[in-house]
Amino acid sequence: MQQINWTALTIFVLLFGFITWLGFVAARWRKGDLDQLHEWGLGGRRFGTVVTWFLVGGDLYTAYTFIAVPALAFGAGAVAFFAVPYTIVIYPILFLVFPRIWNVAHKHGYITAADFARGRYGNRWLALAIALTGIVATMPYIALQLVGIQVVIGAMGISGEGLLGDLPLIIAFVILAAFTYSSGLRAPAAIAIVKDALIYLTAFAAVIVVPIELGGYGKIFDAVPPAKLLLAVPGAGTTGAYGAYATLAVGSALALFLYPHSLTGILSASSGHAIRRNAAMLPGYSFMLGLLALVGFMAIAAGVDKVPEFKDGFATFKNNFAVPALILHSFPSWFVGIAFAAIGIGALVPAAIMSIAAANLYTRNIHREFIRPDCTSKEEAQMAKWVSLVVKFGALVFTLFLPTTFAIQLQLLGGIWIIQTFPSVILGLYTRWFDDWALLVGWAVGISVGSWMAVVMNFSATYPLALGGFSMPGYTAFYTVILNLVIAIVLTPVFRGMSRSAPVDETVAADYHA
Amino acid sequence: MKGPSPIRREWSWWYLLFIVQCVAVLWPPFYNFVEPRWLGLPFYYWYQLLWVVIGAVLTAIVYFATRDERD
Repeated sequence: MQQINWTALTIFVLLFGFITWLGFVAARWRKGDLDQLHEWGLGGRRFGTVVTWFLVGGDLYTAYTFIAVPALAFGAGAVAFFAVPYTIVIYPILFLVFPRIWNVAHKHGYITAADFARGRYGNRWLALAIALTGIVATMPYIALQLVGIQVVIGAMGISGEGLLGDLPLIIAFVILAAFTYSSGLRAPAAIAIVKDALIYLTAFAAVIVVPIELGGYGKIFDAVPPAKLLLAVPGAGTTGAYGAYATLAVGSALALFLYPHSLTGILSASSGHAIRRNAAMLPGYSFMLGLLALVGFMAIAAGVDKVPEFKDGFATFKNNFAVPALILHSFPSWFVGIAFAAIGIGALVPAAIMSIAAANLYTRNIHREFIRPDCTSKEEAQMAKWVSLVVKFGALVFTLFLPTTFAIQLQLLGGIWIIQTFPSVILGLYTRWFDDWALLVGWAVGISVGSWMAVVMNFSATYPLALGGFSMPGYTAFYTVILNLVIAIVLTPVFRGMSRSAPVDETVAADYHA
Repeated sequence: MKGPSPIRREWSWWYLLFIVQCVAVLWPPFYNFVEPRWLGLPFYYWYQLLWVVIGAVLTAIVYFATRDERD
């Protein structure tokens, strides 16, 4: 293993110390009663356009994204750029759909998607299904954030056997757990601002400095093997890589906003207008994500996988080591410290929001609904704080004791699972036509078939759907949510016919508007 | 049924602009080429990055065009 990089490590530790302090003082920011769940778990819904921008950005563009997207470009080439159309598709959804959910949530005090489903359909089992899906899909996502921290810690030359080797990750975890517990959503909101400044600095340095060292983008792309440079042109009788690319982009975009942490970020905004303004401003992040994907190609051109000192890193972390290796290869130690801190802090922000979101779901939709219906607001908030610790601890155990591929596979399944809440939550914002039990059956079928497809395909994101000799490889989540929807549409009139009671709905049309 | 009426009330023709940006990036035959390059970047890459910027501008246009109806 390589030597410990002391300069980088010192800067890394200093920046971590700074955000730790920031995370604790954030409790006093826009002060509210942290014994109320909406204060602890949604920052009192008081964040304006700018803070929402940082918070939602911190949410959606995680450390794992910064490592995994370039790693995919490094390993698989052009297909990694699906992240760009994916982010382009997100903003119309954000603009059109999310002010509606913000308005109805504000009106009725909903803090989770399951809360909304409970109110809209009056079916606690549908709400339970949505809450469980959210919690289960979020856990491996948090684990992957910790993997992101693990990669940069490893890249700074810290290694060791057993507990000693894991100690830095455990320290980072304790910091995260402590400030999330004490400050709630205010902590990641404050830290997100620092995180973004560091990430932007790193991204711009990488896309300017590295190409200069390597002789320009022309040279970089000349070094990329032709098979990785573009998508493979589909042959006869198949939509090939084109269909896979487009369905990955659309399916990921639909799944993204169903993740509990996205909704937590959005519901903490102070108004529906703040969300709309964000839809126009968030592409700033998309552009950066596109630039970061290019970093994967720079890693190919720099040939970092052939440098002897990075051999161990690639053996341990596979292609996920491409970005840290390129940073170590191209920058002086002090900047390596800044860049790695950017990735590490970039993991803490979403991990904090995710654990808060999962805690909100458990507390509101499982604990209060099924276990302690008469709990006070204070007990509810306290429960959420404890659950946020349990969720993070679970993710830590996951990261330390299970192979990384397991977390990656579960995260892939998580995307397939979470998208199955689309008909209940997103379509539910527009219509109460669907029968709640039909939605629940559609959800169950979507989850089962999606999981089966993923297992059969050995955890590839795409499934080669064949229709009469015509092959359409596409994102499994995309295909299964269509199946889910068809089932809900077919079963709705059937279930309606069997029941004589009128559908329950505590919301009215005006609730969805400002 | 309270489904249809809010949709009509919220609808604006400006939203059609969103379809433009989605189609432009979700149809790979439009851009799966190397040439013409720009600053050494193959067309495939700079085309999609350019659409991030165009998408932001279109979203801003929709925001300003529909703002008065809502405020």
